[in-house]
Amino acid sequence: MIADLIAVLLLLVVAAYACAGGTDYGAGFWDLTAGGAERGRRPRWLIDHAMAPVWEVNNVWLVFVFVIMWTGFPVLFQTVFSAMWVPLALAAVGMVLRGAGFALRKPVRRIAGRRLYGAVFALASLLTPFFLGAAVGGIASGRAAPGTEASAEAWSNPTSVLFGLLAVVTTAFLGAVFLARDADRFDAPDLVGYFRRRALGSLVALVALTAVMLTVTRTDAPHVWHGLTHGAGLALVLLAGVCSLVTGWLLVRRSGAWSRATAVGVVAAAVLAWGVAQRPYLIPTSLTVAEGAGAPSALRWLGLVILVAVVLIAPAVGLLYWLDTHGELEPLSDADLRGTEPDHSGER
Amino acid sequence: MHITGALLADTAPAQLLPARQLMAFTLASHITLVPLGVALPLITLIMHRRGLRHNDPVALLLARRWSAVMAVQFAVGVVTGTVLSFEFGLLWPGLMGKWGAVFGIGFGVEAWAFFLEAVLIAVYLYGWRRLKPRTHFLLALPLPAAALLGAFGILAANAWMNTPGGFTLDAQGKPMDVDVRAALFTAMLGPQYWHFVVAMLVTAGYVVAGVYAVGWLRGRRDRYHRLGFTVPFTLAAVFTPVQFVLGDSLARSVFHEQPVKFAATEIVWRTDTHVPEYIFGRLHPDGHVSGGIRIPQLDSMLAGFTPGTKVTGLTSVPADARPTATQATLAHWAFDLMVGIGSLLVLLALWFAWSRLRHRRLPASPWFFRGAACAGVASVVAVECGWITAEVGRQPWIVYGHMRIAEAVTPTRALTLWIMFGLVLLVYVFIFGSLLAVLLKMRTRWRAADGRTGTARDEGPESDTPYGPRSRVPAGPDRDGGG
Repeated sequence: MIADLIAVLLLLVVAAYACAGGTDYGAGFWDLTAGGAERGRRPRWLIDHAMAPVWEVNNVWLVFVFVIMWTGFPVLFQTVFSAMWVPLALAAVGMVLRGAGFALRKPVRRIAGRRLYGAVFALASLLTPFFLGAAVGGIASGRAAPGTEASAEAWSNPTSVLFGLLAVVTTAFLGAVFLARDADRFDAPDLVGYFRRRALGSLVALVALTAVMLTVTRTDAPHVWHGLTHGAGLALVLLAGVCSLVTGWLLVRRSGAWSRATAVGVVAAAVLAWGVAQRPYLIPTSLTVAEGAGAPSALRWLGLVILVAVVLIAPAVGLLYWLDTHGELEPLSDADLRGTEPDHSGER
Repeated sequence: MHITGALLADTAPAQLLPARQLMAFTLASHITLVPLGVALPLITLIMHRRGLRHNDPVALLLARRWSAVMAVQFAVGVVTGTVLSFEFGLLWPGLMGKWGAVFGIGFGVEAWAFFLEAVLIAVYLYGWRRLKPRTHFLLALPLPAAALLGAFGILAANAWMNTPGGFTLDAQGKPMDVDVRAALFTAMLGPQYWHFVVAMLVTAGYVVAGVYAVGWLRGRRDRYHRLGFTVPFTLAAVFTPVQFVLGDSLARSVFHEQPVKFAATEIVWRTDTHVPEYIFGRLHPDGHVSGGIRIPQLDSMLAGFTPGTKVTGLTSVPADARPTATQATLAHWAFDLMVGIGSLLVLLALWFAWSRLRHRRLPASPWFFRGAACAGVASVVAVECGWITAEVGRQPWIVYGHMRIAEAVTPTRALTLWIMFGLVLLVYVFIFGSLLAVLLKMRTRWRAADGRTGTARDEGPESDTPYGPRSRVPAGPDRDGGG
């Protein structure tokens, strides 16, 4: 049925946002914890260079999530935003501060200004995923039933807090794995070990938190717990577990090449497991996919729009990465933007 | 718009006022970035093409610098735009909850157009150095099309709110039988879309030209400034009269499709023929108009070309289905201000055309350049006014004739929303202040560099721009531009 298909697409886009956005927020997490100006200089330098290409694309993933929600499942959108008002409002503010902090940090040359923008960026990178995770926790534990008014309980309950912490640790994990690889790419061998250690640490924290989460959700979010421990949900949980073991092994063995793929596998499998565990509900146990779905014709058009998006954007992104990896792209330096002398060294 | 809220206060929920203030503030801020976001790629490409064609280093330098400006302001636009999509849920959950399935698809189109634009801007910005000039230019060519497509998505959604269609209501008043094509292409889409697109083009043209007009007035009359002024100004000047016709046709569409909104923008109280036109003036709740210039018969003439044209008045619908007198006055003033600015811009464009066609040069008078320097700000003001006219004129409806704003607003407490508003206000002051500071700083650096050409010292490939593909920098922070 078309509604189920759109629900699967929504879940996939959420997973994409968790992976792409997670990496991005994670870089901010390590920026925040890199220490003082002198000690944290090298990691921050790497973070600056590594995350430049992806950051604005991540916001677009989130916009896609919203568009699919309000066109495909309007009641879900209304319910979530009414019940989770505070965390989502704070996540929005965090996202603005983060984007602006990162965007404007580079052009600012004075060190004091850079520190201010950098601190804003890093702190917002921590808070935004926490609040988004808390909102997801409120959904998973069924506290955001349709008609629920905004209340602190909807997002400050055990499941929400745990989901929020899980989101932060996940971003830290993804960020560290990717940065370890980028350090290799940017010829900074000292930073490879630096981020590999952090990746291993956050993987351990992630596994521990997941264990806590599974015990807490047993009573706090029984439907999702049942889904996670039975059938397809369990299979995906096990897949996430295998992926984390492989990632850990790759990190210890220092052959970093495949660690990014397996790290993404951990996060994607976990998000998909959550989605599968919620079946057949959008919000356990008060709103099913069928009840929450918008008009069928709208859903078909939504499917078409998503299809066009894939057909149109995939080549564009592919082109960007192809050009990037072939060294065709280079930022303009001040020298390029200077002087009216007919010096076009860059035009060759 | 604080006055408009106060008048609703007795019947409306308390959170309506802060919700509207917040939405109005964030939208008004975002709108200032939109003209450059939509039209600067096109203007830059025109300059770029000129540079390639005539092998003109000055034109290429201008195009390069504009691409750097484009990137910075696009990045901030991404952020303020994301806030708006959050606000649909945070402020107006009722709108999306009930109607999302009918008209939400437009935002989907916008989202992928936007995605495409982000990728293309990154390729364009980072392709200057290594890509072959021709490949680089060709890769950027879809940019204006992506911008037009994004604008289509947003305008389709807004036009639907003005003239909702593409659905029927079931017994409980829920929309069913959604026809997405009819919901996308509603009666107001065409007139609104073309008026909007040309407005963005004209505004971006005047804004960019205005920067060089100021330089010209300060005595920097080299080829760089002449070119930087002439290309965007010519584009804007050509489209200004076109915009006048498009605006007039949009007003007539409003007259036919949203008669009560038309009545508000023209402060027409009672349905009548031979309706006078007021230039400014104030509508009172009892229906009389004070102040302003009254021109007999003109409103009927403008609406239907004959004085006998019947114009629907505000009182044709009950008081709870039309804008209040204050809202009508606000929409009317915004409309008149927009038309006034548009008329002045037409005069400026004619002056320019006269000099160019008759004397084959730029006008010599400093008053022309003073006008041109103000034209950028004035056209941004006109864009804001047009938006106020469209949105305030639709009150109290969020979906014209189907849902009032009071039904769509979030149940969140007013105090929470005021706190949020305060927070957003602070954040936006910070962001827009930073954006301005960054742009001014880029200008200062470039100007300083132009003053001492040839002695350029390389500060390393530290880019001015906030995003794009990975830069290939040798390892070590030592090269990192001292920061």
